[in-house]
Amino acid sequence: MEIPPELESQIDEVITHYPVSKRSASLPLLHLFQEYFGRIEDEAIEWVARKLELEPINVLELVTFYPMFRREPLGRHHIRVCRTLSCAMAGGYQLLDTFCKHTNIVREQSGHGDHLLKSADGKYSIEFVECLASCGFGPVCMIDDDFFEAVAQEEVPQLLEKYQ
Amino acid sequence: MSAPTELLNVQIDGAWHQFPKGTRVIEACSQAGKFIPHYCYHPKLSSPGNCRMCLIEMGMPKPGPDRKPEMGPDGKPVISWIPRPQISCAQDIAEGMAIRTDSPLVKECRNGVMEFLLINHPLDCPICDQAGECHLQEYSVEFGTAGSRFLDEKVKKPKRVELGPRVTLDDERCILCSRCIRFMKEVAHDDVLGFVSRGSHTYLTAHPNKPLDSNYSLNTVDICPVGALTSTDFRFKMRVWFLKETKSICTSCATGCNTIIGTRLNTIYRQTPRENDEVNSSWMCDYGRLNFHYLNSPERLQTPQIRERDVLVSSSWKSALARAGDELKKFANGQIALIGSARMTNEELWLTKKLIETLGVAHHDVVPRRGEADQILVSADRNPNTLGAQLFGITSENPGGKLSEIVEKVRSGAIRAIVALGEDLTEIGLTVDNLKKLSLIVATGILPNDTTRHATVLLPGSGFAEKRGSMINFRGRLQRLNRAVQAPGEARDDWEILRDLIQQSTGSNGIYLIEDVFRQIAEAIPEMKGLSLSRISDKGVQLVEEGEEATETPASV
Amino acid sequence: MASTVRTPHPREKRIIFRNIDRPGWTNDIDCYLRDGGYAELKKAFTMKPEQIVNEVKASGLRGRGGAGFPCGVKWGFIKPGGPKPVYLICNADESEPGTFKDRYIIHQDPHQLLEGTVISCYAVNARLAYIYIRGEFPLGAKILERALVEARQHGFLGKNIFGSGFDCEIYVHRGAGAYICGEETGLIESMEGKRPYPRIKPPYFPAVLGLYMCPTIVNNVETLCNVKHIVRMGGAEYAKMGKPNNTGTRLLCVSGDVQKPGYYEFEVGGITFGELIYDICGGLRPGRKLRAVIPGGSSAKVLSVADRYKIKSRQPDGSMLEKEMGLEEVPIDFDTLAAAGSMAGSGGIIVMDDSRDMVWALNNINEFYAHESCGQCTPCREGSLWMKKITERMVHGGGTKQDTDTLKSVADNIAGRTICAFGEACAWPTQSFVAKFRDDFVAKSAGKENGNGLR
Repeated sequence: MEIPPELESQIDEVITHYPVSKRSASLPLLHLFQEYFGRIEDEAIEWVARKLELEPINVLELVTFYPMFRREPLGRHHIRVCRTLSCAMAGGYQLLDTFCKHTNIVREQSGHGDHLLKSADGKYSIEFVECLASCGFGPVCMIDDDFFEAVAQEEVPQLLEKYQ
Repeated sequence: MSAPTELLNVQIDGAWHQFPKGTRVIEACSQAGKFIPHYCYHPKLSSPGNCRMCLIEMGMPKPGPDRKPEMGPDGKPVISWIPRPQISCAQDIAEGMAIRTDSPLVKECRNGVMEFLLINHPLDCPICDQAGECHLQEYSVEFGTAGSRFLDEKVKKPKRVELGPRVTLDDERCILCSRCIRFMKEVAHDDVLGFVSRGSHTYLTAHPNKPLDSNYSLNTVDICPVGALTSTDFRFKMRVWFLKETKSICTSCATGCNTIIGTRLNTIYRQTPRENDEVNSSWMCDYGRLNFHYLNSPERLQTPQIRERDVLVSSSWKSALARAGDELKKFANGQIALIGSARMTNEELWLTKKLIETLGVAHHDVVPRRGEADQILVSADRNPNTLGAQLFGITSENPGGKLSEIVEKVRSGAIRAIVALGEDLTEIGLTVDNLKKLSLIVATGILPNDTTRHATVLLPGSGFAEKRGSMINFRGRLQRLNRAVQAPGEARDDWEILRDLIQQSTGSNGIYLIEDVFRQIAEAIPEMKGLSLSRISDKGVQLVEEGEEATETPASV
Repeated sequence: MASTVRTPHPREKRIIFRNIDRPGWTNDIDCYLRDGGYAELKKAFTMKPEQIVNEVKASGLRGRGGAGFPCGVKWGFIKPGGPKPVYLICNADESEPGTFKDRYIIHQDPHQLLEGTVISCYAVNARLAYIYIRGEFPLGAKILERALVEARQHGFLGKNIFGSGFDCEIYVHRGAGAYICGEETGLIESMEGKRPYPRIKPPYFPAVLGLYMCPTIVNNVETLCNVKHIVRMGGAEYAKMGKPNNTGTRLLCVSGDVQKPGYYEFEVGGITFGELIYDICGGLRPGRKLRAVIPGGSSAKVLSVADRYKIKSRQPDGSMLEKEMGLEEVPIDFDTLAAAGSMAGSGGIIVMDDSRDMVWALNNINEFYAHESCGQCTPCREGSLWMKKITERMVHGGGTKQDTDTLKSVADNIAGRTICAFGEACAWPTQSFVAKFRDDFVAKSAGKENGNGLR
C-alpha cells in the first residue's frame, strides 16, 4: 500500500503523542486513513498493524467496533442524521427520509449495521447515527464534518446545494 | 520451603471454612463443595468476568464502632452484604468474607444469564460436536428453564468458518467468553483471534491474512465451553458420549504431555490434553494431538514375516522368533549391531538391554530426533524417552553418537547383522543397497518402510496407544502409557517380542507380565526403587530433582 | 437552521457558561487572556498540589459526568509520591442522549477547559493528560488542538510551567462513535488502542490500575472547568453555591417538548422542573400537558407527572423534613433526584408532553442502547437487543400479552449484573417506563398470546 509522505509524516507525528504505548495511536491512525482515503481498506488495517507492531486482528477489532470507521467507500458526501430520542421527537426520521428523497437514495432499512445507503451516482451516502449531542436543537445532522442544527425538512435542498 | 501460607476464614452458605490466602472465591467455593457454574473463567487464563454466570452474593464483616467486627447474638460476625451480586472468578478471598451460592438472588442471576445465552443460540445440539460435553447443555439442566420467552428473530452470524487449518468455527454457537482469544494471547503467544463488530452482533474471528495456524490451535477447541470451536479433524466423526477415555501420554516429543485418548470399537478418534501442572498444564501441541492417525492406517504390519528365497512371507510368531534366534546365533559379537529407539518404553528398553547382553552386541545406539524447542511445550528432543534409553545404556550421553561408526562398519562389511527395533535404518544413513548387502535384518515395526521391506525376520509391534509401559520425559519424570486400543491383527506388544527373542537364547526367564519387567527395573535402578508400573500415578513420578536434567525448560507453562 | 447565539435567561447563574454566547467572545487565547484567563492557573502554581485537592474537597464538587461522585474524594485516591506515573484523562466523549453541554464549552471556551485541566494535572501530579473527545466532534477536536498550541506558546503547557518545575503535556484523542467510551474504564481501554470493553472493578479501579495500569483520574469536561472556579473562589466559597452535598452550578440541557429548549446554568437545586419548563423554557406547546421528564440523560429513570414524590430534605436547623410533591415541584439536584427514584445524571433533561407514545419513546431509547452495548458481558449484550426487539414489535402492532412482563423481567435481569454501569443505563429506561406507563404497554400488547415459547 502506497502511503503518501504527507500522510506518513502526520502518522509519525501522532504516534509521538503516545510515549508509553504505540498501540494507543491505533484510533488516531485509523482516523487519518479514514480522512485521507475515505475508508479503511483491508490493506490499511495491515499497514496500521505493522506500523504499531500489532497483529492485524487487533486493528480489525477496532475498525469493526467503531461506526465512524468504514471499510466500504462512502459517497462523495456523507450525511449523518441523528436518530436518538430528542431528535426523533423533533423529526429526525422524517429528516432522514427527506435527505434520501433529495439525494435519490433508496431507503430500504434504517437499522444500524445495515448496508450503507448510497445514491446510485456515488455522490451521497447516508446513515442514521446515535446522539450527536445537540439535543436541544433537533433534528440535527452532519454533512461530512459540518454540523447542522434544527434542520427543517424544506431546508434540505438548499443545504445539499453546497455539497455537490 | 517457603513460609506456610496464611489461612483465611471464609463463610460459605453459612458454614465457615479455611483456605490459603490467594485462593479465588470460585475455587474456594468449589473446594467447599459448592460448585459455581462458569463459562469465561479458566484457572489457567486471566479473568475478564464477562459471562456473568458465576455471580454470587458477597459480604464482609460489619465493622463496629471500635472498627472490630460487630458480633451477632450467635457470637459470629455480623455480615454486611454487598447489595449487588458479585462475580466470584476474579476476586480472591479475604478474612471474614461471606458468600452465598444458593440464595434466591444467585439462582435468579444464573437463570437470567442462561436465558440470555440461549436466546440467540441456534440450539442445534443434535448436530453439534460439543453435545454431551457442552456447558450450555449442562447448566441448562441445572440452572435453566425448559421454555423460552424469546419470540423474535435470532441474530445471524458466520457459520462453518475455517479459522485455520485445524479449527472450524460456528459463530452462532459462540457465547463470546473470550477463552480462546486469551489462550492464544497468553499461552500460545500468537494473538490471532479477536472479536469484531459489537453488541449482540459481536463475533469471533481471525484476520483473513493471519489465520489460526498455531501449533497450539486445537487447545482453543478444548477450552471452548460450547460448540463454537470444533476440531476439523474430529468434527462429525463420533458422538463424544460413545468415546471410551484412556489416560496416557503423548509420545511425539520428550515433554510427554499427559493425554486422554478417546476411542470407540478399537478405533482412536481423538487425543486431548489431560491436566498436569508438572508437565503440560492443561495443553498440548496440535502436532502431538493429531499424531495418532497412522495407528489407524490400513498399511499396518499385522503378521510376522520371514524371508524365504528372497521373498517375505507370513509366518507364525513361533517360527519367526525361532528363525530370528537361530540366525542371530550365527554372528560373532562384533558382527551384530542393534538400533534401538528412544521411542520405546522403559520396559522395552530394559529388555533391549538384556538382549544386547544376551547376544553380546557391541554396537548399539538409538536414532536421535532433534528439533527446536518452541518455548511452550515442544521440546528439542523429539524422542519421548531418550532419558530411558540412556538410563538403560542403549545409548550414551550423546544419542546417535555411535551411528556413523555403525554405518561405516556396515559399509565395510564388518557388521553383517542388524536388529532394528522400530526404527528405519535408512534414517541413520544406510542406503537400500547397504541393507540388501546385510546378511541379517531382524526388524520390529508397525508400518512398512525400507527396513521392514528388506528384513529377514519382521516382527510387527504396537503403537503408543496400543500398549502399556513407562517413559521418562526430559525433565526426569516417569510417566505411564496405557493401552487404549488393541494392536491390529497378530501384532504384539514389543516387550513380549523382545522377551521372546531373549528366550531364544536363554530359555524361560520368568517374565510373564509387563509388571515383571518393571520389577526387574525397580530392583536395578535406585531412583525407581519401590515403584511398580501400577504405582506410577496418573500424573507421573519425578525421578530426578527438577533442574538437574532439565536443560530446556519450557518458559511459559 | 436556527441561530446558534442564545441569550442567557436572567435567572441563570452562569459560571461555567459565562462566556458561551457572550457578545464579542471568540475561542482564541487572546480573547481568553483579555478576560483574565489563566489567572487561576498562575494562582494554582502558588499553591501546593495537596492544597488544591483540599480546596476541591471543601468545594463539595461532584462529578458532572453522570455518577455524581465527589471529585475531591476521587482525587484523594491518588497517593502522592507513588512509584508509577499518574495520568489524567478529560472525558469529553459526551454521548448520553439528551446531553449537549461539553460541545459548547469545547467550541466556544476551550481555554477554560484547558486551564481547569492543567490545574487538575498539577493537583494530582499528572504530567501527561489526554482529552478524549467524541469522534462526532471533528471541529471541537480541531479547536482544542489549536488551543493546545496556543497554551504551549504561552508557556501554560509543556516544560517547567511558570518556573514551577512541573511539566505537563496534553493531547487530544478522538473517539470514533462509541457511547461505551464514556465509561471511564472503557475509555481507558480505548485509549490503550483496544476494544473499549469496560474493566472489572475490582481490581481495575482507575485511580489504582488505570491507563497503562497506572493511577489515572478521569474527569468530565464540566467537572474540570469547575476546578478553575474553585481555585478562583476557594472551596468554601464555591460550596456556598447550591445546597449542602449538591454544591456549585449545574449545566442543564433541555430538549423535547418545550418551546425554548437549550442549555442553561443554575445553582444546583436552584430550580424546579416546573420553573425550568414553564418559566425558563417557555412552557409546552399550545394545548399540551406535561406527561413525563427524563431528568439526567436517557439512562435516567423517567419521572411521570402522574406520580407524587416524597422527598426528604435537610432543614436549616439540621432536622430532616419529608415533603410530598408533584413532579413540577421537584428541585433539580443530585440528592433530590436520587430520592425521587432517578438521578441527576449528566444534566440532560428530556421533556415529554401528552402527545407522546411512551412505547415508541422507550423503543427509541432501547435502540440506542442495543446499538451502543459493547457486547462484552452477557446480560447487557443479549438483554439490550432483546428489549429493543420486544418494544419494536410492540410499536409495530406485534405485541403479545406477555410482552410487558417479559420486558420488565429482561431489564431486571440486566441491572446490577453487568461489568459496568451500562447495564443500569440500558435497564433503567425499560424498568421505569414500564412501571410508570404500564397501561400504555399493556394496550400495545393486548393482542396475541405468547405461544408455547419453545423456540
